[in-house]
Amino acid sequence: MTLEPKAVSATGIRSLWSWLLAFAAIWLLHFFAVDALDPYFFMILMYSGINIILAVSLNLVNGFTGQFSIGHAGFMSVGGYVAAFLTTSLRDAHPEWMTDSVLSTGIFLLSTWIGGLAACAVGYVVGLPSLRLKGDYLAIVTLGFGEIIRVVLLNIDAVGGARGMPNIPPLTTFGWVYSGVLLTVFMVWRVVTSGGGRELLAVREDEIAAEATGVNSTSAKVRAFVLGSFFAGVAGALFAHYLRYLNPATFDFNRSFEIVIMVVLGGMGSITGSIIAAVFLTGVREALRPLQELTRVDFRMVIYSLMLILLMLTRPRGLFGTRELVDFLPRALRERLLGGKKRSKPEVAT
Amino acid sequence: MIEFAQHLINGFSLGSIYALIALGYTMVFGILQLINFAHGDVYMLGAFAGMYASRWLKLDQEPSLSALLAAIGIAMLVCAIAGFLIERLAYRPLRRAPRINVLITAVGVSLFLEFSGQLVFGSDPKFFPQIFRVSGEWSLGELKVNPIQVIVFVIALSLMAILQYIIFRTRLGRAMRAVSFSHELASLMGIPTDRVISYTFMLGSALAGAAGVLVGLTYPKIEPLMGVLPGLKAFVAAVFGGIGNVAGAVVGAMTLGLAEEFLVGYWAPTYRDALAFSILILILLFRPTGIFGKGRSEKV
Repeated sequence: MTLEPKAVSATGIRSLWSWLLAFAAIWLLHFFAVDALDPYFFMILMYSGINIILAVSLNLVNGFTGQFSIGHAGFMSVGGYVAAFLTTSLRDAHPEWMTDSVLSTGIFLLSTWIGGLAACAVGYVVGLPSLRLKGDYLAIVTLGFGEIIRVVLLNIDAVGGARGMPNIPPLTTFGWVYSGVLLTVFMVWRVVTSGGGRELLAVREDEIAAEATGVNSTSAKVRAFVLGSFFAGVAGALFAHYLRYLNPATFDFNRSFEIVIMVVLGGMGSITGSIIAAVFLTGVREALRPLQELTRVDFRMVIYSLMLILLMLTRPRGLFGTRELVDFLPRALRERLLGGKKRSKPEVAT
Repeated sequence: MIEFAQHLINGFSLGSIYALIALGYTMVFGILQLINFAHGDVYMLGAFAGMYASRWLKLDQEPSLSALLAAIGIAMLVCAIAGFLIERLAYRPLRRAPRINVLITAVGVSLFLEFSGQLVFGSDPKFFPQIFRVSGEWSLGELKVNPIQVIVFVIALSLMAILQYIIFRTRLGRAMRAVSFSHELASLMGIPTDRVISYTFMLGSALAGAAGVLVGLTYPKIEPLMGVLPGLKAFVAAVFGGIGNVAGAVVGAMTLGLAEEFLVGYWAPTYRDALAFSILILILLFRPTGIFGKGRSEKV
């Protein structure tokens, strides 16, 4: 027996094992703990998960790449409608498939995937013209796109038009939502710490300088945007099969704006910041619901918009800036978590 | 043929309102390279200012041209003040901040105006009082012309002429053009750049305020979210004409107004709101500088 040189294995967050462990934990919770939860709390938990996916994926565009998209709900609606259309039409054609749990889960995952890809494709069409240019056209184009997609959905009778799309099979479960969360966080984290991800950060910091060092800034921006759209589509599919009803009005500008404020509050360029802000704001929305019913005005939006202005004036990088939660931990613990090496996400001080 | 002429008139009337809003966008963009998202909401404020002014001054009791002009004047004043405050409180502290921060602030201001508007004015649509009434229609042969549309068009054109005079014939206008060329050079020449920027905001906002009253006159239903779509469309018009270019904004807005009117009249009325954005995407693909815009090369 020969002694092979021991491969340097990654530890902490870098190792695949820790992610698999998290995955296992989610499914353990799914099978053993979730049923005992209070239904109201469970609902908040589910929406938090969906919002985390949305916020983290938008952070890839708004935070890490420095582009400003305000149409995330539009991509969410594309994914949601495509996936829900697939599952409902399959269910109507073969009702017996939905009773089989393995088969229905397979259909659900496939539809979610296709929904995500559809959002990707739409993201490419919307992103390419506006991201080719320097300047803030993406903001206005995504805003406009959010309106267009709403108008288009209102006019497609196959998905119910203005009546909405009822009776979508209830396939979203706690396990799948949080598997989606894990996948999104993992992918975004891997992307921004990779070589290609450095290109995104370079574009954010200075587009001209990035181009001068050989970064194809259009391609970098479009890649980030398309990946972000994919996860928005996935979140839409999860949302559709949880709520079981879709209506074009659900995906209006306010929805997009809610995701933007999660990203800005958490810190543009901080994944953990987005997660915390998404959970926090999902809770705040529920807490403000009585007030909203009392005043009959979307009070939330007044608070959000004031919060946004004040944040920009006083703490423009959000709560965490580009730092992550682990950066605030004591050094020993941090090194353990990050696998002993210096973490590879560069700090950029501006 | 008659129908065609009718649509032509409607299109020009609509286009002139878009033009008044687009001018504010293009002026602010020319001077700050900022998409002032809140501009559409300033237009909403103008409509409400006009409404409250005509209620309090009882302008609707004797509708006349002077009543209309008074309402427009008050709305322009209110909006100029609003524009000044927005610039002073939200944008000026961020003059040296990264662009994305200013953009986020602009979105924040826009939403703040919309939703605090819902708090203050109520979210249900309000009826804009009839401060100018003409009995019957003017007819040219078989063509029926609504005098209000003509008045809207004439007032809008005169305001644009005044703006043109200010920009190209006065000291303030020269200062504005200098600042939009380069902030630093302008301030080296002794131009108070911050004050010029304030004036630009006030001027643009006043035009939006006038547009608010004119819209109230033609479509007398106003509500706090009314500024969102016209604001976006006016932005598209400004980009179409070449953002930063004053004449381009007017041409772009007229084109958009006509295009929308003909789309609604002849083809697909439900896709009305999607038209502007399809145009925007096409322009950005094929001619990002707009019809009259000059390309700017980026310098480090």
